[in-house]
Amino acid sequence: MIARASRSAQRTASGLLAGIGRMFRAWWAQMRNTDLVRSFFDSRLAVAAALAVLAMALAAMLAPAIAPQNPYDLASLSLAEASLPPAWIHAGDARYLLGTDDQGRDILSALLYGTRSSLVIGVSAVLLSAAIGVTLGLWAGYAGGRAGALIMRIADVQLTFPAILTALIIDGAALAIFKSYRMEGNRFAVLIIAIGLAGWVQYARTVRGAALVERSKDYVAAARLIGIGPLRIMFHHILPNTLGPVLVLATINLALAIVTEATLSFLGVGLPPSQPSLGTMIQIGNQYLFSGAWWMVAFPGLALATLALAVNLLGDWLRDALNPKLKP
Amino acid sequence: MMHLRRVNGSTPAAPRGPVLSVRDLNVAFHTRHAPLVALDGISFDVAPGEVLGVVGESGAGKSLTGAAVIGLLEPPGHIAGGEVRLNGQRIDNLPAEAMRRLRGRHIAMVFQDPLTSLNPLYSVGAQLVETIRAHTTLSEVEARERAIALLGEVEIQDPRQRLASYPHEFSGGMRQRVVLALALCAEPALLIADEPTTALDVSVQAQIIALLKRLCRERATSVLLITHDMGVIAEAADRVAVMYAGRIVEIGPAREVLQNPQHPYTQGLMGAIPSLWSGRDRLVQIPGAMPSLAAIPSGCAFHPRCPRAFERCHIARPEPRRIGASQAACWLLCEEAEARA
Amino acid sequence: MLAFAIRRLLEALAVILAVALIAFVLFRFVGDPVNQMVSQDASLEDRLSLRRELGLDDPILLQFARFVGHAARGDFGVSYQMKQPVVNLIAERFPATIELALAALLIALAAGIPMGVYTAIHRDSWVSKSLLVLTVAGVSLPTFLIGILLIYLFAVVLHILPAFGRGEVVSIGFWKTGLLTTSGLRALVLPAMTLSLFQMTLITRLVRTEMLEVLRTDYIRFARARGLTERAINYGHALRNTLVPVVTVIGLQFGSVVAFAIVTESVFQWPGMGLMFIQAVQAADIPVMAAYLILVGFLFVTINLAVDLLYLRIDPRLRAGAP
Repeated sequence: MIARASRSAQRTASGLLAGIGRMFRAWWAQMRNTDLVRSFFDSRLAVAAALAVLAMALAAMLAPAIAPQNPYDLASLSLAEASLPPAWIHAGDARYLLGTDDQGRDILSALLYGTRSSLVIGVSAVLLSAAIGVTLGLWAGYAGGRAGALIMRIADVQLTFPAILTALIIDGAALAIFKSYRMEGNRFAVLIIAIGLAGWVQYARTVRGAALVERSKDYVAAARLIGIGPLRIMFHHILPNTLGPVLVLATINLALAIVTEATLSFLGVGLPPSQPSLGTMIQIGNQYLFSGAWWMVAFPGLALATLALAVNLLGDWLRDALNPKLKP
Repeated sequence: MMHLRRVNGSTPAAPRGPVLSVRDLNVAFHTRHAPLVALDGISFDVAPGEVLGVVGESGAGKSLTGAAVIGLLEPPGHIAGGEVRLNGQRIDNLPAEAMRRLRGRHIAMVFQDPLTSLNPLYSVGAQLVETIRAHTTLSEVEARERAIALLGEVEIQDPRQRLASYPHEFSGGMRQRVVLALALCAEPALLIADEPTTALDVSVQAQIIALLKRLCRERATSVLLITHDMGVIAEAADRVAVMYAGRIVEIGPAREVLQNPQHPYTQGLMGAIPSLWSGRDRLVQIPGAMPSLAAIPSGCAFHPRCPRAFERCHIARPEPRRIGASQAACWLLCEEAEARA
Repeated sequence: MLAFAIRRLLEALAVILAVALIAFVLFRFVGDPVNQMVSQDASLEDRLSLRRELGLDDPILLQFARFVGHAARGDFGVSYQMKQPVVNLIAERFPATIELALAALLIALAAGIPMGVYTAIHRDSWVSKSLLVLTVAGVSLPTFLIGILLIYLFAVVLHILPAFGRGEVVSIGFWKTGLLTTSGLRALVLPAMTLSLFQMTLITRLVRTEMLEVLRTDYIRFARARGLTERAINYGHALRNTLVPVVTVIGLQFGSVVAFAIVTESVFQWPGMGLMFIQAVQAADIPVMAAYLILVGFLFVTINLAVDLLYLRIDPRLRAGAP
């Protein structure tokens, strides 16, 4: 049974990737001169947002190469250089462009690494949510039956709670398990799982709806007649047709995932100060707000705000652009 | 029954000329590329108390004509030329507030789908009273009485009880009656009816048309009756205008146009109507389809589909020519007239 | 309609039970009730006898039933961290969160609905466009960042509002309210504003979208054709039809307000249930976590149910079971 599940997981993954690849190529060929692409380049906001996201993602991915210091390496930190203001202020040090935090970490480096953490967790969580949600949605929509109804029931129950609460509970449970078994858990993985599990419901509902519609179409009946098995029908035939709204959902969800991770870190139950994310940095800096060390909050705050805003704007633009009702 | 025109001082001058006079009306849509012309030089009159039918296929511009007259064109549509006169006064260039005062009181309009024409959250009585009080100085109580009287006029049973009913509690035909009551409660000079029976059951259609005729005759209200249904025209219209691709191709007394159509398009429409008595075993079909707004043919818009088109037809657009009591815009008529002369 | 109400009630009950199940699993299996209650060097016999006392060897279903029974009576066990009955902690913190949530919701409605209406009616004015840009910011920015920003502006720089705490409270029976003192009200301002921002932008966008839809309907067109004033159309007809679906969403939003209060209470050190919950998560205090879960689940389900029944009242189409 585990073998079958892992095969399904592989199929989902390859189906998703193949579907996305195929879709993208066909889509770009069609779209190059269409209203969608034109509306993208027309909308200065969308272009600016996309550039911002690209720039931050690039900087984050290259963090190990371009950061002046490795903030994870506790040995390289020196308390003597703690709480230094940015370099352009009188008491600052040119080596630490944006200043240092209370442990002597270079804010710029921590910013780069932190953005990387945030993006990695955000994207992974979204992929996890999508994988779970799409699979369950396809199953519930296509195969239906009592299992399908149960899935939707569970979805309804989870939907009564805001995503952040679900993520908090899962995170909290994991932390409690670590504590009671006195082990150092992988906080990265926990966060990805917590946020991922908190977000699958939307995908399941959307895909289920689409699957229900597709199920009654001719090409599905034809495939069944030829004798193609249900799994293949679901993943190779129906799935590509449902990817449009899933894409929009994923973009909007990405912003939410990033903010959720930041919030969890800020609350002290996300990434610890030894591997800080943007949220953790803000929490640390918050303690020193009154004493005048504004840079510890300002820069990570700015970075987080920009990232969240840019991804959200992109998601908004995408949703409006793909919405048939809004076309004049 | 109170006739508001006698009571309310702000009536227009007693109609002597046509109630509605439209000359060279142009309606266009701004687009990314060039403006699309949807109505191209429409001209017609509606006499007092007359029912003018406007007929044509979907996309001919019938509804746009009605919307343009009452000033409810949806942007990016706009009046790009020509004039509209109500009882001699120009109304196409009025400011928004002045136009609003005309609506309901001097010009009214009813739409196709009675279910979506009524606000589902308000009772029928509330909507009637609101409209009545918007156009008269009646008190709440007086307005309610008037509403009850109106409901009775449109043949709704138990009008007093029905005031408190909601739109979804009525059947389709009854809803359209309520809509008519709402439109006529301020006794306008002109009623524009945009496909008033299309959304109704066939059995109910005849009743509604009969009601419409009666109500308008009693009030001496003129009607601009927009429809694609020739049967409705035959039942209700005094005169009829046939529209094609944003132009009027033939206009004249209903009887004349229906029995003796002059324009090839009208002839095609008449031929396409099944009849129990004509002994034909095939319906005549007009080949092709109405051109899209972006691709209106040069010259006469109908020439690509016309069985009798000749050279002149794609060069110049025909002007309307008098033929008996009707007018038709077709080069054939000029040829024939010249041939006869 | 009665059948509908009964069915919704049963569904609500089922959801509460499901939530209680999750809380039970958390309580019983994630936390170790015994380990937390005895010291490290307690003997094996002591542990075993404690296990029997707590009924930890009984069949699972029985334990679950017991758990639900206790919960229904308000007994959620003892906090690992505070060593107090959880229900006492909750009773202490409950008023603070409710006052904060209600204040935030009020602000969100009072600002959000007018803004939504304005941006729908005056679609192309630059005021509308800038408001819409602000709403994107309100939706994307994390609540805690906004809170910190407000603290910095009003407490650190301007010194006119307190940065944390609840101010002075007055006891009315068991309810400690901060609404009757100036310091209490001043302390409420920043947290309520922070908590309301997300809701406010959501409400603005929702009202705007709904109203734009409504303004395109046939009955609005017909109302125009009847010569009704723009005022009557916008506020008499369009607004009423807009608010009906909006009301349901707002009702559901109360749930998320209570959840987001966790973050706001942390930023402002507001002594409510949210702060209690996050401290419990940090300290792995399972009984408090489980209790919070059940309480909040119960709250959400009840609110959803109330909103559904309310909707039945305000939409006349549903009352008669009409098409």
